[in-house]
Amino acid sequence: MLRLDERDAARLAGEEGPAVALAMRVVTRVAEAMEAERLLDIVGAHIDSCLFTGMASLDFAGRLADDGARVSVPTTLNVSSLDLLHPELSRGDAEEVRLSRRLMDRFEEMGCRPTWTCAPYQLEERPGFGEHVAWAESNAIVFANSVLGARTHRWGDFIDLCCAITGRAPAAGLHLDANRLATTVVRLNGVSDELLDRDVLYPVLGGLIGPLVGKSVPVIVGLPDGVSEDRLKALGAAAASTGSVGLFHVAGSTPEAPTLDAALGGRAPVAEFEVGPEDLRAARDRLSTTDDDHLRTVSLGTPHYSVGQFGRLVEVLGDRRIHDGVAVYASTGRDVLHEVELRGWADRLVDAGVQMVVDTCTYFTSIIEDTSGTSMTDSAKWAYYAPGNLGVEVVFGSIEDCVESAVAGRVVRDEGLWTRV
Amino acid sequence: MVAGEASGEVLRLDEPLSFWGGLDPTTGRIIDRRHPQVGESVADRVLVMPSGKGSSGGSSVLCEAVRAGTGPRAVLMAEPDEIIALGAVVADELYGRLVPVVVLAEGIDGLHTGDRCTVSGQTVSAYSARRS
Repeated sequence: MLRLDERDAARLAGEEGPAVALAMRVVTRVAEAMEAERLLDIVGAHIDSCLFTGMASLDFAGRLADDGARVSVPTTLNVSSLDLLHPELSRGDAEEVRLSRRLMDRFEEMGCRPTWTCAPYQLEERPGFGEHVAWAESNAIVFANSVLGARTHRWGDFIDLCCAITGRAPAAGLHLDANRLATTVVRLNGVSDELLDRDVLYPVLGGLIGPLVGKSVPVIVGLPDGVSEDRLKALGAAAASTGSVGLFHVAGSTPEAPTLDAALGGRAPVAEFEVGPEDLRAARDRLSTTDDDHLRTVSLGTPHYSVGQFGRLVEVLGDRRIHDGVAVYASTGRDVLHEVELRGWADRLVDAGVQMVVDTCTYFTSIIEDTSGTSMTDSAKWAYYAPGNLGVEVVFGSIEDCVESAVAGRVVRDEGLWTRV
Repeated sequence: MVAGEASGEVLRLDEPLSFWGGLDPTTGRIIDRRHPQVGESVADRVLVMPSGKGSSGGSSVLCEAVRAGTGPRAVLMAEPDEIIALGAVVADELYGRLVPVVVLAEGIDGLHTGDRCTVSGQTVSAYSARRS
């Protein structure tokens, strides 16, 4: 049974006003649904509800803002439906644009930082190991838990804001020690050294793991030690989209998995899965919906590109230009864009024909001008959601495949990478 | 997870669904092209599925569907999903429309599309339309 402390109970009873009472009601009702015994303090929040999904978004944020709600912990904001730096990119309905803008304003009124990024872990301040936060946005959640060792459950829209207002979250799920140990093992077997060393392995592996492991916490064995943050980010985003993964461990890379045994807490796993080259090739194929090589658009930056990923894009593109018949979009946060500008990379990319997108992302917003023909992406998450959201046909490829294709004006992929041993 | 009263015809999904990116709240139809039940409408159905998955925006989409009148009457799952429960809680708070969300300890194997189903509190009873 949920036990509230004195202040929680007072706030629930309305002693700090109607906004805090509503926020507290949502937090406690979800805590009860999860059979939590108490609430805990959080040190920060990341809010997903700022993305307009219909009037319900605005009704909820509006009611809290009208009643004078303020966030009580440092709070960052996820992507919205609009690119405020490049408003001309929006092809959305004018009324929806107005409502989306209104929703963004309401969150700023409540004291949230206008970060507008799905990758808050790429901002300067990020939660430390063991710190409790309330994060929404599935890729951010899995990164916070897995890569930073911070603690957040898979919080959804609405409770993100309610936790930020109250500074409290249900003590349940991935906040608790017992639920953070791995219960399943994913073992890579027979994967070539060449593929293990490529960025493209990680989103494909994540897309494969998502449906495989269900709601369990997996530990992955057989990857090189010290996998980079960008690769873990791609793995987590894919697993969180194709499945429900909110925390994964990689033995030898992530902070709660110095060893396989440590990740498992000394217990035997409930299931073990072997992943070989053929499984990976099939998983890669499932990310595409077409074999039409008529390329129209390339979308990069889902989740928002890091400085390092822009560096790789610049390196692969070299001094070549994007083909006239292809539009290339690269989505990122303002902070990363600023850094990319300082390095002179933004000018180079724009000159070569790359369109920078900030504050939002191309897999749900009406930015892409031409949704006919084939869209290409290096993101498993984009490949997973965009066909449903936008009606596009997609081919998934590595960043190298995407750049070669964008330059050539048709889909070109290194198939050998998936068959060489 | 969220107790309440509802009854209606079952729509049974063979795989987990992310409501965000998987369900269009303006029509109530499943838009995830990789989902076996793509194109089906959840509106006014008792939605039965193995579990939720994917985006944390699922709670917004469920709440918006309830507001727009395209939402399910109840959601029954084999495993708990807080994102779905949360959408139901907020729809109740904002619009006074309660969509019960229930986890079935015995799983969902006994429920099939077309069955009639009644939810009362956390108790679910169903009978098969085909056998009657």
